Parts: sequence; structure tokens; C-alpha cells
Amino acid sequence: MSNRATNLLVPIVSVVLGLIVGAIIMLVSGYSPIEGYAALWNGIFGDLYTIGETLRQITPYLLAGLAVAFAFRSGLFNIGVEGQLIVGWFAAAYVGVAVELPKIIHLPLAILAAAVAGALWGFVPGLLKAKFRVHEVIVTIMMNYIALHVTNALIRTVSEGGDRTERIFASASLRSEFLENLTEFSRLHLGLLLALIMVAVMWFILEKTTLGFELKAVGFNQHASEYAGMNVNKNIIMAMVISGAFAGLAGAMEALGTFEYVSSKGGFTGIGFDGIAVALLGMNTPLGVIFGATLFGSLKYGALNMPNAAGIPIEIVEIVIAVIIFFVASGYIIRLLLLRAAGKKKEAK
Amino acid sequence: MSFLEILYFIVPSAIFYAAPLILVAIGGVFSERSGVVNIGLEGLMVIGAFVGILFNLLFADTFGGMTPWLALIAAMVAALLLSLLHAVASISFRADQVVSGVAINLLAIALALYLVKSIFDKGQTDFISERFARYNVPVLSEIPVIGPLFFTSVYNTSFFAIAVAFLAWFVIYKTPFGLRLRAVGEHPMAADTMGINVAKMRYVAVMISGALAGIGGAIYAQTITGDFGHATINGQGFMALAAMIFGKWHPLGAMGAALFFGFAQSLSIVGSSIPVIQEIPNVFLLILPYVLTIFALAGFIGRANAPKANGKPYIKGQR
Repeated sequence: MSNRATNLLVPIVSVVLGLIVGAIIMLVSGYSPIEGYAALWNGIFGDLYTIGETLRQITPYLLAGLAVAFAFRSGLFNIGVEGQLIVGWFAAAYVGVAVELPKIIHLPLAILAAAVAGALWGFVPGLLKAKFRVHEVIVTIMMNYIALHVTNALIRTVSEGGDRTERIFASASLRSEFLENLTEFSRLHLGLLLALIMVAVMWFILEKTTLGFELKAVGFNQHASEYAGMNVNKNIIMAMVISGAFAGLAGAMEALGTFEYVSSKGGFTGIGFDGIAVALLGMNTPLGVIFGATLFGSLKYGALNMPNAAGIPIEIVEIVIAVIIFFVASGYIIRLLLLRAAGKKKEAK
Repeated sequence: MSFLEILYFIVPSAIFYAAPLILVAIGGVFSERSGVVNIGLEGLMVIGAFVGILFNLLFADTFGGMTPWLALIAAMVAALLLSLLHAVASISFRADQVVSGVAINLLAIALALYLVKSIFDKGQTDFISERFARYNVPVLSEIPVIGPLFFTSVYNTSFFAIAVAFLAWFVIYKTPFGLRLRAVGEHPMAADTMGINVAKMRYVAVMISGALAGIGGAIYAQTITGDFGHATINGQGFMALAAMIFGKWHPLGAMGAALFFGFAQSLSIVGSSIPVIQEIPNVFLLILPYVLTIFALAGFIGRANAPKANGKPYIKGQR
């Protein structure tokens, strides 16, 4: 079996194993896995409305996955996507309510605000990594909590003591009547297009620009890149800034498309952390991210149907997702088993 | 309110909030000193909190006043088992330790909530009837100043946590086991050539971190919240991780940092009734521990250096 084929098989085997573990847990706790997965299926593809909503759910997953994947390619682990998403969400919603402008200016401005906010939130760990060699994982985790508390405080200030902002002006909204009519009035919005464009943008940056080449080089071997005359520190900061911008855009999807406001949060949205799963499953490639986001976004939205249709708590899907990440992370052992299996077949011949 | 009265008010509540953080941070010290990054502390705490509450609800009638303590044991075992998953992935399967930790966190909260909904048919458990009780330490609480500060209306769990911190210091710095633990985390190949079983040491260390995180979670749930739901732990594990780093991977340092973070947390909660502090917007107190951790890492408050082999799987024979 070729190396490439094994690399592709690892995520697929992981997904299958994850679903099997989920089925076993349902069986043990007295539910029917068949009913459960049927409910999940209907929750994803049941009718035009659910398909629209599933696509809507996939949208921020695409961007969160891109954010994690982009940083990974430069050798950085951005756990801070969650925080960058939250500040992006707030920034977009704030621009959405604070001013009223013609749509052609307002909407791009709000989107840009989200990207800038996320980029700023990514800039801090990037700078600390470049200047002080501080590990980005810890800093981004801390930045997540700072983002949560700071945006909550800002929302309270903006809404004069309330726990959510006003609805954004229509001129900043990503919603489209066309998409809504198409999908029986789901909340599917134009953000999906933007997210797909961003997938192409990531591909373009990584494969077609000098910046992308340098970022990947730094990801492979910092010392070699330094020796080749690349500015490693600049590249580390750039990688975190771009990654943060993607994450901020994921926040804009929620602010301008799905919810059209921002409310204070007791905990994290979880999209940022699921972004790690998306990127891992997609092996940090743009196309892979589409695959990962589609899978996890669908699972996440489809799960909402499980309590009603089969009486199973939605958390079963989160368990499945966690198990999939676990198996993908343990790719070494799956690869080893696959190679052994392939080796045995060869011997048999 | 006089200054002393303010202290009488804040210090006991700071210690009260710090106790679980101390235990979990010490757990983190064990794991990371052996070279295994444990982002999963949060998830391990969640499982500890859930099992602690569940045990308490099920057996409160059987064991009475002893229930909370026995619940700690149950929580310890459960979290230890979950930490084994992290150990297998990161030590034997050479998984990225951060990713495995993230998976542990996602798995723990999902599994706990799944079970809560399956068992209780609602989003959170009932409130427990047998809690840890506050009490005044006889004789000691009569001492002026120190008595009201440290020995009045305290929890036994706080003393337990502080005792564990000192015990951990002794184990890590004064015993052969501790020496091996540190060696494995700094330079596993050197340790291996000296005949230390690297994998075994790391397994033990991760299991200790799981056990302590489980106890910490159960203490948190049984003293502070009294039930279990999705927001019960809500970042306490990451706060403990921050305390571990702020304490520079040293058990007593971690304890000091946890006490300080407990202080910041209690200020953000009780601060509204204290002059001067009530002028400070709450958000600054809430983000203080996280900001300080970043400063500590950046070297503004003395450099914090991680164990050298932290986060790297040890592959025999590889240079």
C-alpha cells in the first residue's frame, strides 16, 4: 500500500471507528444505535430546511478549520481559534449595529472588522512566540479566556447592562432571500460562499505565493529556513495573524449570518475547538478542511434531531467527534496496523 | 470596614477557591515533569466532578457524613482511568499530546453530560445533600489575627490540598522516584541509558495527574457548586494549568500560584461588597490570572522554563 493511500485511510478509519464507538455507547446505555443514527441522518438530510441549516452549520466550521490548518502548516498549534472567533463575532456585530451605511460598504466593513479583530488576537501569541519563544499553545488558551471575559464586558457596556446587542442593520447582514427561499426558510446565508472563497485563498497563499512557501518551510524546519535567509520571526507572526483572521471571519458568520447579534456567553461556542478536529481530519489541506468541516458540521447539526426522534442526548455526537480526534491523533498506530495488514496480504500472495 | 476585616473576609474565601486548583495544578506538575503535556486537566476535572456528585447522590443515605470523602475516591478512580487514555495515546501511540489532551477535554464533558441526561433526564444533576462542612479549628481559631484568617469556617479539603502540595514537593525533590521523574522529563534518552523505564515513569506520572485532577474536580463540585451541569468546571482545569506554569512547574510554586488565582477569583465574586475593589471593573479581576500567566511565560515575572522534553514522545533508539 502506498504512503499516500495510508495517509488517506487514517482519517477514514478513524471516522468509522468513532461511529462504532458511538454505537457501542448507545447500545450499552440502552438506546438503539440504528434509531440513533437514523435520527442523525434525518437531522442532516431530512428535508430542504435541514439541509440548509446543515450547510449553515458547516460555514463557520470551514473557517475555523482553515484557521487551525493554516497555523499547523507553519508548525504552530493555534488552540486560540475559539477566542479569535469570539472577538471576531463581537467586532462584526458591533460594526453591524453601531453605524448604518450602504450595504456595499457596511457589509465588507463588518466582515473586515471581524478579520482584523481575530488577526489582532492571533498577533499577540505570534509576537510572544517570535520574540520570547513562548509556546503558543498556552498563550492561546489564556487568550481564549481573556476574549470570553472581555467581550462579555464589552457587550454589557454596548447594550447598557443587557446581555446581548441589538440586531444588526440589514445593510450588514449576510442573509439572502434567495437562499432562504431555496431551503424552506433556513438560516443559510451568503457566508458559505465567503468561506469557500477563503478555502481557495488559503490554497493560493500556501501553494502560489512566496509567503506561503516560506510559511511551509518554517513549519518543516525552522533552522533550515533561517539558514536559507528567511525571516522566521516574521513568518511566525504572519502565520498567526492570518490564522487569526480566518478565525475572526468564522465569528463574522455567526454575527452577520446566523444570529445577527452577539450575546454574552457563559462558556465557549466550541466551534474553535471543533476546528482542531476539522483541520486534523483534513490533514491540514484546504480540500481536506472542506471534507472535515462537512462531516463535523453535519454531525453537529444532525445531532439536534436525536433527542426528539430517538430520545438520545445530543452529546453522543460530541463523544463520537472526540473519539475521532483521538484516533486521528493516534495515527501512528493505525498506520502501523494498516501496514501490517497490507504486509500480510503481500506475503499471502 | 477596616483593612483587617476585609482580610478576614477575603482570605478564607481565597483558600476555599484555591483548594481544587492546587490539587489539579500539582497533578499537572507530575505529568509535565515527566515530559507529558496534559491539556486534558480540564476534562479530568470534569469527570472527577461528575463522578463525585453522582456517587454523593447515590450513596448519601448509606454513608452519611463520610459520603463526600468517599466520593473523592470514586472521582479519583474515574479520572485515573480516563487519564490512562491520554497516557496510551501520548506515550505508546506517539500521538500529539496537545491533540490528545483536547480530545480528552471534549470526551469528558460530552460523556459526563450524556450520562447526566441518560440518568437524570435533564441537563444537570440534583443538588447533593451531604456537602463538605465548614468548621472552626479548635484552639487554633482562638489565636488573634491568624485564627480568623486561616482557621475559622474552613474546609478540611483546603488543608488536604496544601498537605498534598508539600507531599508532592517531597516526592519530586527528595525521593529516587522524583529524581527519575524529573530525569525522564528533561532528557529521556539519558534516563533510559541509566536503566530507567521511560514509558513506565510517564504512565505513572500521567495517572497521578489524573487521580489528583479527579479529586480536585470532585472537591470543586462538592464545595462550590453542589451539583453537576455543563458549566460546573468551566475552565478551572485551564486555570490550574496556568497556575502550574505560573508556579514554574514546581509543586510549591504551583500551590502559591493557585492560592493567588483563588484570591483573584474570590475577589471577582465577593469584591463587589468591598470598598476600593468594587470600583475596579469585574472583568479585570476575571482576566487577571490569564494575563499574569502570559506575562510569566514572556519572562516579565522571571522566566518560566518548561521541562526540556515536555511534549515530545520518546522513541527508543532515535537520536
